[in-house]
Amino acid sequence: MNFPWLTTLLVLPLVGALVVALLPRASTAVRPVALGFSLASLVVGIGALTQFSTGSTEQFQLTEVYPWIPQFGVSYALGVDGISLTMILLGLILVPVCILAAWEDVPAEGRRQHTYFALMLALLATMIGVFAAIDVFLFYVFFEAMLLPVYFLIAMFGGTRRGRAATTFLLYSLAGGLIMLVAVIGVYLAGPRGTDGFLLTNLEGLDLSVAAGRWLFLGFFIAFAIKAPMWPVHTWLPLAAEQARPATSVLLIGVLDKVGTYGMIRFCLTLFPEASQWATPVVLVLALVSMVAGALLAIGQNDMLRLIAYTSVSHFGFIVMGIFVFTTVGGSGATLYMINHGFTTAGLFLVAGMLIVRHGSRDIRDYGGWQRVTPVIAGVLLFSAMSGLALPGLNSFISEFMVVVGVFENYPWLGVLGAFGVVLSALYMLLMYQRIATGPRPVLADVPDMTGREKLVVAPIIVAFLALGFFPKPVLDVLEPAVQQSLQQVGVQDSVPAVDTANAEGSGR
Amino acid sequence: MTDQFVAPAINYTGLLPLIIVLAGGLVGVMVEGFASRTARYAVQLPVAVATLVLAFVALVVLGPRNQGLTAAETIALDGPALVLQGLLLLISLIALLVMAERLGGQQADAFTQAGASTPGSAEEAFAVRHGASSTEIFPLSLLSVAGMMLFVSANDLLLLFIALEMLSLPLYILAGLARRRRLLSQEASLKYFLLGSFSSGFFLFGAVLIYGYAGSMRFGDIAAAVSGNVGMDGLLIPGILLLAVGLLFKVGAVPFHAWTPDVYQGAPTPVTGFMAAATKIAAFGAMLRVFYVAVEGVRADWQPILAAVATLTMVVGAVLSIVQTDVKRILAYSSIAHAGFVLVGLISMDQAGISSTMFYLAAYGFMTIPAFAIVGLVRSSGTEASQVGQWAGLGRRAPWTAVAFTFLMLAFTGIPLTSGFTGKFAVFSAAISQGWAWLAVVGVLASAVTAYIYFKLVVLMWRGDEDAAGDTVVVTPSLLTVFAIVAGVVVTLALGVLPSPMLDLAQSTAAFLR
Repeated sequence: MNFPWLTTLLVLPLVGALVVALLPRASTAVRPVALGFSLASLVVGIGALTQFSTGSTEQFQLTEVYPWIPQFGVSYALGVDGISLTMILLGLILVPVCILAAWEDVPAEGRRQHTYFALMLALLATMIGVFAAIDVFLFYVFFEAMLLPVYFLIAMFGGTRRGRAATTFLLYSLAGGLIMLVAVIGVYLAGPRGTDGFLLTNLEGLDLSVAAGRWLFLGFFIAFAIKAPMWPVHTWLPLAAEQARPATSVLLIGVLDKVGTYGMIRFCLTLFPEASQWATPVVLVLALVSMVAGALLAIGQNDMLRLIAYTSVSHFGFIVMGIFVFTTVGGSGATLYMINHGFTTAGLFLVAGMLIVRHGSRDIRDYGGWQRVTPVIAGVLLFSAMSGLALPGLNSFISEFMVVVGVFENYPWLGVLGAFGVVLSALYMLLMYQRIATGPRPVLADVPDMTGREKLVVAPIIVAFLALGFFPKPVLDVLEPAVQQSLQQVGVQDSVPAVDTANAEGSGR
Repeated sequence: MTDQFVAPAINYTGLLPLIIVLAGGLVGVMVEGFASRTARYAVQLPVAVATLVLAFVALVVLGPRNQGLTAAETIALDGPALVLQGLLLLISLIALLVMAERLGGQQADAFTQAGASTPGSAEEAFAVRHGASSTEIFPLSLLSVAGMMLFVSANDLLLLFIALEMLSLPLYILAGLARRRRLLSQEASLKYFLLGSFSSGFFLFGAVLIYGYAGSMRFGDIAAAVSGNVGMDGLLIPGILLLAVGLLFKVGAVPFHAWTPDVYQGAPTPVTGFMAAATKIAAFGAMLRVFYVAVEGVRADWQPILAAVATLTMVVGAVLSIVQTDVKRILAYSSIAHAGFVLVGLISMDQAGISSTMFYLAAYGFMTIPAFAIVGLVRSSGTEASQVGQWAGLGRRAPWTAVAFTFLMLAFTGIPLTSGFTGKFAVFSAAISQGWAWLAVVGVLASAVTAYIYFKLVVLMWRGDEDAAGDTVVVTPSLLTVFAIVAGVVVTLALGVLPSPMLDLAQSTAAFLR
């Protein structure tokens, strides 16, 4: 069966974006059509999942490869492994949720509503493209292209400082992306060149000189560190999260920023194994600093959106740490964490959005006692917070545990410090809940509790919390072969004992 | 050496496109002299358009079969010359359509009615009262285009100089013909003329030194002398550098860029677009030939200097663009930065260097003209609203124009799927493959800096501020301008999404005849 699953996945939201944008000005069908296209994409995504085989020996499945710009060695090449497929599905699930959550964000006057939902669908298309590209050039194209929908979502629909937030976001991302462009060209020139020289499979296992490998690694890593975002290049995130609509933030932080950590696995590790080893100590320290600094800064925030953004910096530190310890447990934990963090962030941001709509303030100090006013919303907030602090039985726990175990295998001291990060996460999550929801009943006009639409929004997220918390095995089964494959590639030219043990452990499974 | 003069053989068929353009220009001059004032526009526009179309057809049909050196080896009709000439004709065509915009007579167009009169004088008032219009822009442009076409195929320093003057003189006049703020326009014209003359002087001095070194003005002889190492490098290297000054001035490379912002701002906006796009193509075409054919043998001596110029050009253009508050000045500084990017491709000195430079020139030309065309349409109480603040909220009032301009800004930035990205990729990969990776790093960092100002414009248009910007509107243009803008945008998109045909053309023609 050669149905072009991934191209369909790419085109469908794009068509949707176009249809939504071109609907008549007075049309009332904007939101249903947008939701319909996002759900249709999800269905296609599930179809693609059924075609995916976990036991396959191929590195990538569902591949489609056509020449695009042969003069540059560029192919239109799509394909997925376990990691990218799960990331695509995460995006496919979260976009309909976010469209539903953003239902009332933009009033239906003029064409603003059209633009808003068209941009969301365009964003979905670029998300799918960036994770499905197996040609480095094509990946770069999507990597840059996905900035635009987010940029316009923030610049046109954000808060009062939206212009500044959007520009900061764009400049950080572009600067990183352009440095990566030099590395992209460099890795092509170091490879076999030719008309399909940008194909990932042609660039793996290159015989690079040590210096070249390290420079190219840096070019890629800086871009991904900005995207992830890691300390000290995380400063664009709080501003963007604070100014963007919560639904935009969910897609930006929950899915798009995963391109950073995904790129580290897909490009930094597999293309530059020697340089990855070389950079590991620094990366691990940066990850640790991100984890602790993110957590401490989160504790100090009064703006709830900024607080959630900083918790993400902390969680991304965790993920990066899991990737760079080079153990199967750590790697699988990190990739699982990437999915879990998407849902956790979605829960936190969307509930925060519900509170902000009701009270008109992002400042936590303006709240207090809301569990007496809106018990359901407060309950879901607590639930999301518990997921954020990795309560056993909820999604994040398994992944956080796996990462800590993976870290312990190679770097026990780091494992101890990492566990300390878990404690901090409990602190910022519980403090936030306490300040918002507990206390005496506030004097408020009649504030409605969660509406039916909002319940529909949070239902899939809560289901995901529980499902991934109690039975993550199916997801891990999809992820693990891909993680092992990338670890093997790191190990190929490697003599550091730490990674040999990782391979031995990996192959022993 | 013989005493007898032998008339050189001239391949008139191969030169036909150039001859057509020259003839069209001369016909335009006659029309200016004999046609009545009211009929001129109706005659000039079709003549000019027909000239350019005919020349392009002649080029496509006859050009490939008539390649070779001709006119005693002073003119080279080779791949790069043909591609660049074709490009010049197409770019000039859409630039001319923008220049011909009369806005249906409802609003003031871009050109003064009486360029020769003193601003504010009785003569000017008389011309306005009698409904004069500056139809001389058509022959002037055609003659300039002819000079540019000769410039990219000149294989002789003296002919190169003649072509340089031929393309420059009409531009000096065109720059001074703006309708509004005429003093500013005339100042721009004078500045351009004076500095241009100085740079021509440098160019000539350099040509003389090289003649002293090689004993010939012809590129082939110079190249032979360079490779024969006749041992007078004291003449050669200064000669090359002085020559480079003249050429770098035309593309607006730092430190010879001082005229660019003032002239771009003061000149009538459609002329600015024409100057920015076409002059760059011509001047870079000439530079390619000089550096790749004539003095390639001593490239170790001039490459570092050009690399330094490229670095300065990118950095200064990018950094100064972000502090500008006038859209035309922003585009002027951006054109300086783009000149730096082209230089990066030129420096790489291999076939990819030629083809990437040509590709970038095509990309830049087709995005620049519509950008300036749009600037000319955004108006506030009858005059161009070129202050950045006046563009606020344009996305709501004129969504299609704003979409087009936004897309062009993406192309200027070099976002993938636009020609700007393909061009940047081509020049940077050419440079990296020849060991100029640091230059590419400077280039990408400069692009990131320029992104700030482009996106500042974009965010201003789309942020959705209702109250700002007062009475700024986009006037409804005629089909001429609409066609030019749409053509530019379509080409910009096409060169971004499906660049293969153009890349093929650039790569298959990227060899100079020596």
